Amino acid sequence: MDKAAIIGIGMTKIEARRDDWTFADMAFEATRKALEDAGMTIGDIDNVITTSNDFWDGRTISCMAVGDASGASDKNVSCVEGDGTFGALYGLARTLSGSYGTTLVTAHSKGSQSVSSLITNAAFDPIYNRALGLDMIGACALQASAYMHRTGTTARQLAQVSVKNHGNALKNPVAQLGMKLSVDDVLKSEMIADPLHKLDCSPVSDGCCAIIIANEDRAKKYKGKPVWIKGVSMCADAYFFGDRDLSTAASLSKAAKQAFAQAGINDPSSQIDFAELYDAFSYQELMWLEGMGLAGDGAAGKMLEEGAFDIGGKLPVNASGGLLGGHAVIAAGLYRIAEVVRQIRGEAGAYQVKKARTGLAHGVNGLAGQSHCVWILGKDK
Amino acid sequence: MSNVFKGVEPLVVKSKISVPYHWWAGETASAFFIKLRDEQKISGTWCAACKKLFLPPRKTCPLCFSAQIEWKTVQPVGTVTAFTVVRRQLAAMPRKAPVIYAMIKIDGTETGLLHILDEVKPGDVKIGMRVEAKFAEVRKATIFDIEYFRPAR
Repeated sequence: MDKAAIIGIGMTKIEARRDDWTFADMAFEATRKALEDAGMTIGDIDNVITTSNDFWDGRTISCMAVGDASGASDKNVSCVEGDGTFGALYGLARTLSGSYGTTLVTAHSKGSQSVSSLITNAAFDPIYNRALGLDMIGACALQASAYMHRTGTTARQLAQVSVKNHGNALKNPVAQLGMKLSVDDVLKSEMIADPLHKLDCSPVSDGCCAIIIANEDRAKKYKGKPVWIKGVSMCADAYFFGDRDLSTAASLSKAAKQAFAQAGINDPSSQIDFAELYDAFSYQELMWLEGMGLAGDGAAGKMLEEGAFDIGGKLPVNASGGLLGGHAVIAAGLYRIAEVVRQIRGEAGAYQVKKARTGLAHGVNGLAGQSHCVWILGKDK
Repeated sequence: MSNVFKGVEPLVVKSKISVPYHWWAGETASAFFIKLRDEQKISGTWCAACKKLFLPPRKTCPLCFSAQIEWKTVQPVGTVTAFTVVRRQLAAMPRKAPVIYAMIKIDGTETGLLHILDEVKPGDVKIGMRVEAKFAEVRKATIFDIEYFRPAR
């Protein structure tokens, strides 16, 4: 792969309800912050990718509605429907194509404006499944039951993920939901869908994230310290929910393997310093770590209990607070990339991890991890 | 942001997306639902190359891309491979909470069929449990022609 880097990041604070901002206002703010971070002006941006979802946005061709606010009026602008990591992958491909030296990627959503259960229910196949009324929470609860049954992971271990990530979020100024919790607090919170308590579930959030990708030449031209893209891969599992073994993450294993190979990583658990993962629900952090080979199969819960994934642990995971600390759907994966960039630059303040030379960012699209996108970022070119 | 908007009360524009939509079920799902409605039988599609039976049925094999499939009728019994009891009344649910959802591997198939469990207490559901289909009295060629699954007798 030719070299490319992330040279600017912009995150709006993730909030439960941002009622004084439209989607375009959020996109403008995130874009402005990314440009300022990179020391660029909008004229330095060669092309733009926006990422959104029409159902969440309440309008069709939703991605086109924020082009102006992303500074795309005189530029080639294209769109991705899905998580921000997939938008960024498209942005990277455009940069590496040679047609553009710099690409701005944005991803936005506002969970506060709609009814998430109805929107995620619409992701199910309409002929056989949708009328049953399952939504994302129910789908992930099914997956959690299968994962826990197969691996022996316990409800207390799930709760410990929630305690850790809500605790980490207290240290992150862009996080929405920092909380000091105990395992018992999580287990005593409302049971929404067994085995998932309310505090095992990420909150409904509003937020927009922007990153700027540059090819090797342009990466050196601006004031920002480039963070290099070492490997990226995505992989999708079957669309029909029942076709998958819900207790494993087969597509994630493939995506991670490819991304590690590109980055020249042959022993991920010793070569990846820290990770920002898509923990939409507590169990997912453990399941995805195992799927990527950063923990042995069924072993993540125990490593968590031993403190391995704490900010000061052997492999800090979601030091930012992750999605449990604030989950702007669609933007969530792009926030993970931006948080990895922040760590590698050593700018994460109170939640800075000690060793941050090589980091992993991860995004998910589809029901209960149907498709995964894995990014390996590094300090060294 | 400049402070010219300071003190402005944020207003809300209320709206609703309500677009009637007809999904043509296609010949595969049509054949499946007609058999379910008229004969109370569940049928899947068999790929001879992969030696796998898919339920819900597909016109082509989702694994090997082959169009050489044949119909096979299965017994309406299977095993729970995943379940949840949704206790909060989530907006998409057609029934009053709690609702037990399960992934059911019908005997002979390689896939899971998503459905609702009933005639069982939430606390008694387990992965590995054997269940059978309860067919609806009035059938309209939808997934609810199987009213729900219940513990096998």
